[in-house]
Amino acid sequence: MIINSRFFNRSELIGFVALGLVLFVILPLSLDVFRLNLVAKYLTYAFVAIGLVLCWGYGGILSLGQGVFFGLGGYCMAMFLKLEASSVENTKIQSTPGIPDFMDWNQITALPLFWQPFHSLTFTVLAIILVPGLFALIIGTAMFKRRVGGTYFAIITQAVAAILTILIVGQQGYTGGINGMTDLRTLKGWDIRPDHAKVVLYFFEVFLLFGCILIAQFIRLTKLGRILVAMREQEDRVRFSGYSVANFKIFAFCMAAIFAAIGGAMFALNVGFMSPSFVGIVPSIEMVIYTAVGGRTSIFGAVWGALLVNFAKTGLSESFPQLWLFGLGALFIAVVLAFPNGLSGIWADHVQSRIDRLVSSIKKKSGDWTSNSVADGAPAE
Amino acid sequence: MFGDYSIGDLGSIFVMQGFAGLILFSVYVLMALGLAIIFGQMGVINMAHGEFMILGAYVTWMTSNLFQSYLPGLFSGYFFLAMMLAFLASGALGMLVEWGLIRHLYKRPLDTLLATWGLSLILQQAYRSVFGAREVGVELPQWMLGSLKVTDSIEVPINGIFVMGLTVSITCAVAYVIYKSRWGRQVRAVVQNRIMAGAVGINTEKVDRYTYGLGCGIAGIAGSAFTMIGSTGPTSGQLYIVDTFLVVVFGGAASLLGTIASAFSISQTQSTLEFFMSGSMAKVLTLLAVVGILMLRPQGLFSLKVRK
Repeated sequence: MIINSRFFNRSELIGFVALGLVLFVILPLSLDVFRLNLVAKYLTYAFVAIGLVLCWGYGGILSLGQGVFFGLGGYCMAMFLKLEASSVENTKIQSTPGIPDFMDWNQITALPLFWQPFHSLTFTVLAIILVPGLFALIIGTAMFKRRVGGTYFAIITQAVAAILTILIVGQQGYTGGINGMTDLRTLKGWDIRPDHAKVVLYFFEVFLLFGCILIAQFIRLTKLGRILVAMREQEDRVRFSGYSVANFKIFAFCMAAIFAAIGGAMFALNVGFMSPSFVGIVPSIEMVIYTAVGGRTSIFGAVWGALLVNFAKTGLSESFPQLWLFGLGALFIAVVLAFPNGLSGIWADHVQSRIDRLVSSIKKKSGDWTSNSVADGAPAE
Repeated sequence: MFGDYSIGDLGSIFVMQGFAGLILFSVYVLMALGLAIIFGQMGVINMAHGEFMILGAYVTWMTSNLFQSYLPGLFSGYFFLAMMLAFLASGALGMLVEWGLIRHLYKRPLDTLLATWGLSLILQQAYRSVFGAREVGVELPQWMLGSLKVTDSIEVPINGIFVMGLTVSITCAVAYVIYKSRWGRQVRAVVQNRIMAGAVGINTEKVDRYTYGLGCGIAGIAGSAFTMIGSTGPTSGQLYIVDTFLVVVFGGAASLLGTIASAFSISQTQSTLEFFMSGSMAKVLTLLAVVGILMLRPQGLFSLKVRK
């Protein structure tokens, strides 16, 4: 109960400040723009990973379809950017000017109806949140109200990811097909491609990320978060206590979907394209491993997991392309068999306890009168 | 959409598409049987199932090469030996995996999913390193080539008939082992009540290991049959894994009959639709229908009533 009276306990505050330092100060100062843009790309997965912490770590619902929501968010953003890039002046060499190039290649002569509203940025921002949210609401309601959970839910979300990928690839004229939407240029007239824009977008993304971290932390600390944990451990007891288990699950799943969608939208902005290769089964499972590596119940761990796994991926596949899949496979197995709580578990078991011992021994040395005031919860220096 | 065809043409189209569906059905059944045993009987999600299948396919390919270079006289019969070798190789690897990995995770079914996914990545890369990234195809013996003319407009390929016959016999063998043999009785006892099965003296760990091995072995046979109708690459297995899981879940996890019925309905729907629209849309519609039905009836077509 004492923990819940504050927004962050001491170790969480340290984690928050450390993450803020690294993302706001250290990385932007030490990396060139190309590498910083890579970090921005990795961080888009951190949004998904934070969502999975809520949904999987706390709610116990393993979704293997987060790529669907990442993709929906990303495609909403990409559609807006693509429309802006396909103005009549830019596309006057096409047989139908004013529509995206891939439509022209597929002999489509007018902008399809569902593309029309994406001329408006307000609509696009709303769609990034609402389309995946509603989609998750429909899937979640259909599944959880019928008490489908666990492995069945995982398989069905995976099937949804497969369906959406096939659909996007198959409907080339409307979606850009396997190549996706490329050549995104400006956001409301502001060029997103040059270096200074990349830096601005990076900081904007980190701000959004911290917003999501705070929301997730808030959910975790309220009664809602505790019900999620209770549900994960003993679903029937929560149900017998009169709570509607299904509604809480739907909520967690929708939040995870919305976070993933924000990540997807930031991906389209930062990386400058969106394609079905970020939607399907393989990327969806990879997103789960970020959370698993970070520690499935740790919000900060999720961000670190997304960063570290992706750094390892880039590093390994640049120098030893053969090794990367072996490494990733071994990572899956090791995380499940040996470190089910991931990095945050290792931190809590091995590092945190040593720090605590060190702190308490320092306290003892410096006399009794200080220990009272320090133990009362002054945040870490 | 029927306007351009006469009645007779339509009839032939349905028969031919139906037959194409039957071949797809055979592959689904062979793959899904192994998965149904592992998932239905043990509750383990084996994401590496496709890779066990591909192992069987590569074993078949190696055997055919061996026969071609050393025993060309016996080449027409290599397939039967290859099938047995595929079963043994995949089964042995399966038992090894069960011993090293799966048995630590029986209480955490979602984690088996992640771990076996990791295993599938490792196996894929291993195949790529050993056999190369290019797809390989086996040379079929002479008697399997060509097709059988039923009427003027209807032809059925012989390798398709062979795969179907194989499927039927494997299915019967599995049904016999599970429902009639002493060992099958032990498997079913463990599924229904693990603690009681242990109490009456069944070695549940051993049953688990052999069940897993059997499931993977059947996947190996599926891979062997797969080489008859398509070529094999390191990632071919992954293409089928989601479909196969849907087949198993749609059929009702613990029911062999359900698995066969769902494999039949899914493959027939898909191949019939494929004639009227693009392959991708046919697949989307089929999968959507399956997911939709599963949302209405989560327990699948046939469900086993067990007191939990």
